[in-house]
Amino acid sequence: MAVEVILPRVDMDMATGKISKWHAKDGEKVTKGAALFEIETDKAAMEIDAPSDGILRNILVGEGETAAVGSAVAFIYAEGEAVQSASPAAAQAPASATAAAPVSSVPTVTPPVASGETPRATPLARRLAKQAALALGGVSGSGPRGRILADDVRKALDSKPSVAAAAPATLSDDSIQKLYQPGSFAVQPMDGMRRTIAARLTQSKQTVPHFYLSVTATLDALMAARESLNAAAPRDASKAPLWRLSINDFIIKALGLALQKVPAANVTWAGDSILQHRVSDVGVAVAVEGGLFTPVVRNIEAKTLSAISLEMKQLAAKARARKLVPSEYQGGTSAISNLGMFGIEEFTAIINPPHASILAVGAGVQRFVPVNGQPSLATQMTCTLSCDHRAVDGAVGAELLQAFRSYIENPMLMLA
Amino acid sequence: MSRELTYAQAIQEALAQAMEADPNVFLMGEDIGVYGGAFQVTGDLVHRFGEDRVMDAPISELGQAGVAVGAALAGCKPVLEFQFSDFATLAMEQIVNQAAKLRFMLGGKVNVPLVMRFPAGSGTGAAAQHSQSIDAWLAHVPGLKVIQPSTPHDMKGMLLAAIDDPDPVMVFEHKLLYKTKGEVPEEAYRVPIGKAHVARNGKHVTVVATSIMVHKSLEAAETLAAEGIDVEVIDLRTLRPMDTATIIESVKKTSRLACVYEGVKTLGIGAEISARIAESEAFDYLDAPILRLGGAESPIPYNPQLEKAAVPQVPGIIEGLRNLVTGRT
Repeated sequence: MAVEVILPRVDMDMATGKISKWHAKDGEKVTKGAALFEIETDKAAMEIDAPSDGILRNILVGEGETAAVGSAVAFIYAEGEAVQSASPAAAQAPASATAAAPVSSVPTVTPPVASGETPRATPLARRLAKQAALALGGVSGSGPRGRILADDVRKALDSKPSVAAAAPATLSDDSIQKLYQPGSFAVQPMDGMRRTIAARLTQSKQTVPHFYLSVTATLDALMAARESLNAAAPRDASKAPLWRLSINDFIIKALGLALQKVPAANVTWAGDSILQHRVSDVGVAVAVEGGLFTPVVRNIEAKTLSAISLEMKQLAAKARARKLVPSEYQGGTSAISNLGMFGIEEFTAIINPPHASILAVGAGVQRFVPVNGQPSLATQMTCTLSCDHRAVDGAVGAELLQAFRSYIENPMLMLA
Repeated sequence: MSRELTYAQAIQEALAQAMEADPNVFLMGEDIGVYGGAFQVTGDLVHRFGEDRVMDAPISELGQAGVAVGAALAGCKPVLEFQFSDFATLAMEQIVNQAAKLRFMLGGKVNVPLVMRFPAGSGTGAAAQHSQSIDAWLAHVPGLKVIQPSTPHDMKGMLLAAIDDPDPVMVFEHKLLYKTKGEVPEEAYRVPIGKAHVARNGKHVTVVATSIMVHKSLEAAETLAAEGIDVEVIDLRTLRPMDTATIIESVKKTSRLACVYEGVKTLGIGAEISARIAESEAFDYLDAPILRLGGAESPIPYNPQLEKAAVPQVPGIIEGLRNLVTGRT
């Protein structure tokens, strides 16, 4: 009985391999353990040894040709054994695929079977394939002995339109769960908010060309202004102040004014055009149980700090109660994500489309800075602006950040 | 009004209500009178209904079954208690050749409206001759109806339906269920024979279980839920006539089927369920081989550890279903 020469799996992600060179010709004698052919994957080239002694025959995959992992590429006959005209052991091809060195307990996917064979598949997989007019021969089976399961067909159908689709994204829940020890995790069903976050941010990070600009602003003047404004806040009958400004309120106001000062940054990318906005509407990320919302503070340029502060409090409360209506979170040209309260000094944020930018605000940190050659204590924060390069170029983003910093460091300008 | 009763109390209440409602209903069996029954099911019924209607019978299952068939032909509604279902073997002539056949052989001119109650199953340390599950034997016989209620509620309602039924109904009662409790309405309600019950909704695998295996499967389902495996449990309730439609509908939803039953696996009820699904429209929805978890190919051992090992237990059900759903079978 002739021995199959199998294309082995030499790389975890490998589904096919290209034979770059045969070291023996059809009819030549080969020796077990000696290099027989070379394969090339995306990442590596490797010499494969002959699996047994004998005569090389029926080379099915020539130099430069590609074959599925686990498929037979040639046969080795014992000396004197009658040579079959076609591949002699095609019927056994799927079984021998297990010889393709699966790695540890990671589920392996058996390659598509050779043409002409009936693939092993569940009834449901067959029915789904038939409905979609998909040939099962081209589907890799993840079940025992290479059985094609319904999920394999679904995956094959999913990956059809876009070959470039990342493999992990098309993995089903089940196949991901299989990578972990059963019982070592709990499954949390996904709610609508989580789905929306996942879909929008994946789309943003994959389709919006981000670039990042960082600036450090000194906060001392702002903190002093905040303190005196809060001290002077009007009070109600029970002497409680009617408002109390936070540093974030100043940041919202500063970004709103900066967008007015640098109108080229107050834009959104609309596919065939760019929208140039007249008002400053800025989203503010609010963390809620299990996710986040980004309500939009509108017409910032026309609002006082106290009005912004009160509006923000209401929006945040509604966000946490999951009571925001679309008119409260749609639109806007930029956004603010502030993780300063967690002590995060600086970070980068993902743009929330259709915004053209997002400002990631870090914590205020005390530092010694040189003033006239002498160290002087200052409170500083680092902000990083993520920009959609389709709509905002580097210089425009830098101008916006510069304007923002000037408002932060000269807060009286915000009152002007 | 409903309150909590044990499975045994639910049977006794059904028997009492049936006897109150119909003077033709009477009970017969070994030690069911003053002793109250080997499993204390009939309890004090002899004091409430008298010895003519709660009859202690001599130890002859064939004789009792013959009396029951004759009484049924004569217009009575006998309810015969076997002390152990294993002893049905002694009465097979009357059950299989007479009770099941007479209506057909006499052209529908007579009915045999009897009920036979069979304490069944393992787990009591009663060894091989007192621990079997032979429900599938009798379910093989056209002319018999075979029910296996798993809860006090279904037990009472199905036993009343069985007593109403014009044909012989075999009632299999797992002995370990007698002390289990559940809500049971006071009134005399009926639970239809021939209708399965979806005891738990799930989307990844359909488990068709009978009798005590319903409870074990539900327990397994709880564990698997924490792993993200969502198990649908169907309580078959009636072996014959079998409610295939409910199973088909479920398998079309989950694409996977497991049968869990205490009777010997080979040629057991799981074989029939599997075959019905393989023959049905649900076949095209299967995404894994059908799994049967049944009793071992062995007499029930006396050794308590081996006795447990001889029938499906929760850890084995969990493992079997997990492998089925994660594509390892």
